[in-house]
Amino acid sequence: MHELVVISGKGGTGKTSLAAAFAHLAEGKVLCDLDVDAPDLHLIAGPTVQRSGPFLSGHVAEIDPAACTGCGTCANVCAYGAIHKEGGRFTVDSSHCEGCKVCVAFCPEQAIDFPDRLCGTWYESETRFGPMIHAQLDPGQENSGKLVTLLKTKARAQASSRALERILSDGAPGIGCPVISSLSMASLALLVTEPTPSGLHDLSRVTELCHALRVRSCVLINKADLSREYQAAIHAYCEARRIPVVGHLPHDPAVTEAMLRGQAVTEGPATPFGLQVRQIWPGLQHLLELPSPI
Amino acid sequence: MLVAVASGKGGTGKTTVSAALASIWKHPVLAVDMDVEEPNLHLFLKPESVRVETAFLEVPVLDKALCKLCGACAELCQFKAISLMGAHLLIFPEMCHGCGGCMRICPEHALQKGQRELGVVETGLTADGIPCLTGRLRIGEAMSPPLMGKVRQRMQAMGDQELRDIIIDAPPGVSCPAMTAVQDADVILLVTEPTPFGLHDLRLAWQAFRSLGKPMGVVINRAGVGDDQVQAFCQEKGLPLLAEIAFRRDIAEHYARGGILAQLDAGMKATFEHLAERVKRLAGEPCHA
Repeated sequence: MHELVVISGKGGTGKTSLAAAFAHLAEGKVLCDLDVDAPDLHLIAGPTVQRSGPFLSGHVAEIDPAACTGCGTCANVCAYGAIHKEGGRFTVDSSHCEGCKVCVAFCPEQAIDFPDRLCGTWYESETRFGPMIHAQLDPGQENSGKLVTLLKTKARAQASSRALERILSDGAPGIGCPVISSLSMASLALLVTEPTPSGLHDLSRVTELCHALRVRSCVLINKADLSREYQAAIHAYCEARRIPVVGHLPHDPAVTEAMLRGQAVTEGPATPFGLQVRQIWPGLQHLLELPSPI
Repeated sequence: MLVAVASGKGGTGKTTVSAALASIWKHPVLAVDMDVEEPNLHLFLKPESVRVETAFLEVPVLDKALCKLCGACAELCQFKAISLMGAHLLIFPEMCHGCGGCMRICPEHALQKGQRELGVVETGLTADGIPCLTGRLRIGEAMSPPLMGKVRQRMQAMGDQELRDIIIDAPPGVSCPAMTAVQDADVILLVTEPTPFGLHDLRLAWQAFRSLGKPMGVVINRAGVGDDQVQAFCQEKGLPLLAEIAFRRDIAEHYARGGILAQLDAGMKATFEHLAERVKRLAGEPCHA
């Protein structure tokens, strides 16, 4: 199975628009939106949900006011400052509770419950591009790599049961937990960047992360015409690290126009931008399906 | 006053707005980059003589001579950071959330305080004398909130809020890191773009942050691309639209050179001075949430 994960470090470089276009162009794949915090791929892919379920992860402490004697041990042992005295009794601020169970273990009255924490919802859907796995984390929840891992497991199961060879995933910005989880077992990371100081800075951090996790990567320079200087700097950076640059795309209103139609940029009326994206896909697919080194 | 500049969607212009506001802010101000995974504010404010301090999380270290393999620590740990495998107690420090429960519960005091590097906290001054504070997550470190906590401690030590306002450039999204960044704010600025992605993620941000009961206002970047659904949403929810930054090629190119937007021309300077005034008024207003 070949897993392509589209990430960028920096947000807003065009990950989702390009992931949607490759979803349109690629054959025999499962689509997966691994940006569970602020997912957008469904706005283009238009999924019809077939199955969904709660995503439970970890626990949250809850003090039973009837059993609490107000000794304050819980607040003393909490490393996250999540327990406060309010009106003579102690309560847990669930948004700061890490679910570590230390207060539960040390409460002399055993007055603290520790129920499962509902963190979000996962979906298995059908789209015009094929099956899609996605999720929505509840606002303010820990942006758990566990939800990303759950989606990847579901995507692999779909791919096997339907004899599909590829998984195409839209990832999250950043380099933290969800991104690390999205790169696990990936065949290739497509790093979408832009020729700006932030684009290059964030590309270098996400490249280092791929290197540390031993995931092969390649780079696509979007909005390439914004700065010649930074485009050259990105090329030099990639060359020094032997990271292939699979293509350049201009800053083009066709991307937003397609988004407004709810279409991938390669769908609908032919545009020069759409054609350029089409020209990138075969090379990208070739890289994706290269046997992994060693 | 503490202003947090946030957004659901990444790449809408949080850093652009934060840098521009800091550059024209009349009152003394501290600029804080809380996007520790991908900090960019320094690329625009360009602080000098930056002091770099490594930040650590307290994690357990085992003294084998004292451990009697009772397994109490492994049983308590909710993060799979300690595992009792036969006659071996294994510690996986990279999984640890730093709750300290294992050290506290060990009857033999066999677990001592060790450290895992989270990243660095950087402090510097711009050429104009604006102090800048940045967190930078170590590559491979999965958890950003603990480092953000260190940045926050430093922020509280640096900025006597009576004397100095604070502008926070928050990470994208609406999950734990974004909530951590906006929790101290007196006012939250939501930067978005007038596209379906921008609107969808603005809605997520509004849903997430409104529970905090803080005044919020919206800045539309790249105004003119897309449609008017973001304006309609703001009107429907009673979210004040504080500024619009037009989509212009010269703005994008100025950004690509690392320029501060308020310094592009007199019009942009006026746009951000006006935004600053409206933010101050919003912070003083009763809560809209």
